[in-house]
Amino acid sequence: MTAMASTAPQQFLEARIRWRAIEIVFWLATLAPFFLAPSYLVLTSQMAITGLFALSLDLILGYAGIVSLGHAAFFGLGAYSAGFVSRSGWGEPVSGLLIASIVAGLAGYAMSFIICRFRHLALIMITLGLGLLLHEVANKAHWLTGGADGMQGIHTWPLFGRLAFDLYGTVACGYALAVLFIVFLFARRLINSPFGLSLRGIRENAIRMPAIGAPSRAHIRKVYTISAVIAGIAGALLAETTETVSLEVLSFQRSADVLVMLVLGGAGRLYGGIVGAIIYMLARDQLSGINPQYWYFWIGALLIVVVMFLRNGILGGLADLVARRAHR
Amino acid sequence: MTAPALGPALATRGLDKSFGSIVVARGIELTLPEGARYALIGPNGAGKTTLINLITGMIRPDHGQLYLRGEEITALRPEQRVRRGLVRTFQINTLFPKLSALEAVTLAICERRGESGVFWRRLPAYRDTIAEAHAILASLRLADSCLRPTHELAYGQQRLLEIALALATRPKVLLLDEPAAGVPKDESAELFAAIDGLSKDIAVLFIEHDMSLVFRFASRIIVMVAGAILVEGTPAEIAADPRVREVYLARTAV
Repeated sequence: MTAMASTAPQQFLEARIRWRAIEIVFWLATLAPFFLAPSYLVLTSQMAITGLFALSLDLILGYAGIVSLGHAAFFGLGAYSAGFVSRSGWGEPVSGLLIASIVAGLAGYAMSFIICRFRHLALIMITLGLGLLLHEVANKAHWLTGGADGMQGIHTWPLFGRLAFDLYGTVACGYALAVLFIVFLFARRLINSPFGLSLRGIRENAIRMPAIGAPSRAHIRKVYTISAVIAGIAGALLAETTETVSLEVLSFQRSADVLVMLVLGGAGRLYGGIVGAIIYMLARDQLSGINPQYWYFWIGALLIVVVMFLRNGILGGLADLVARRAHR
Repeated sequence: MTAPALGPALATRGLDKSFGSIVVARGIELTLPEGARYALIGPNGAGKTTLINLITGMIRPDHGQLYLRGEEITALRPEQRVRRGLVRTFQINTLFPKLSALEAVTLAICERRGESGVFWRRLPAYRDTIAEAHAILASLRLADSCLRPTHELAYGQQRLLEIALALATRPKVLLLDEPAAGVPKDESAELFAAIDGLSKDIAVLFIEHDMSLVFRFASRIIVMVAGAILVEGTPAEIAADPRVREVYLARTAV
């Protein structure tokens, strides 16, 4: 009895965070385009970048319950930073990512002092405002960003000095997937750490947190900064792999899209953002092939159906299905 | 009055609070000695929960000071007060619905130990923290259901989890806002027995409407009416006090 009592709780927590077979299958499957569908490599790297962006939103929205409708601000800052560094004559991709992540992280840290004071609608409006504001600043600062014409003159040097970014996107795709995987490992550890538990506490009951002595605002500042860093890395990846930065990286559309992806995939689930991004971009690729003008109709329909009938996105719905089967 | 270095576990001096023209606290002077088992009673709307909110910092008083073991804490934020040992529970369950009871208590202990900001180590590596959480849950007889999500627990178990979360912070002063609210009568006596069995290092102030529980478990009783303390005394004194009979006991016909 005593031996049971002391190990069972720990085993329970251990089992919750164990690597599952399906996760390994998933990550192996991300390599499939290299062998099976080389024409989809460009789309795959776009998915990886967008999935990384959605993962950054998942950390604040899905885990800590902090809504943001302006997350493209950090994506765009990362993209412009990486683009600026490259245009200034330093095209080394990995250090470019690092510099971009620092810029986005600093901006996120500064912003987090405002973010941690608000919730709900006020937060949506503040983040929306931030997104719009940065978009217009970038639009106006033509000398720096190229404004509506986009930033020109970006050249990304070969990866590790050897692997040149080719026309087919093989290196770009491998690079994007590798960065996604490394950041994912970091996010997975964060979610399964004491800090991750605190974030879930904030999401589950923000009123109780101070009553158990939790410095919620400090937690929120920390996760918001981390999220901004990751969003910045995603933006920088886009700049480096496409060798261009358009004003669109800061657009409201991008902030809204990433929110839609996360909700589709399942907010507060480790793979929610990534799976949401895959589904969203596959749908866009296929549907816009059928009718390029009206494909948002189907995304809208899908969003409504998922939110109405699945408790927590597509992954949440699948998890419920599996649980129900197991109960039978 | 007490030991020179340390003051009483908790003391309030002249706490006032109004919302517009409505006075919810008027000159509250309250002293809770070490190891106290005090009850706070009064008719509905007397300001009992408001007083707990004032003491824990969830509302700021207009005037007055608060002291925890002689140290002024009036300016501290709620979580800072908790870390100094001033802890409350809630009348309406204020829990983490999707966390298991084990995770919730582990969370509270992580916060106390300063481990909650660590994002690079796995949670299961914190064996001591988890073992302590389990021990607290076991002491309240929640061990068997501690792996289930909180929202699946029976209501009485959720009331116990309220107390478990408070205990995880290692309180020195524990303010219980109707800990047995909504719990059937036979279970509520059991719950109070668990409270009574808490360490004597913890000073307890509880709000309770059931007079049989109040008279059984409180060493002293504070009666509040209309935002002010009417009288404070031993159960016998309170039972004999004509003012209390008039404003409170007579009205609820106990």
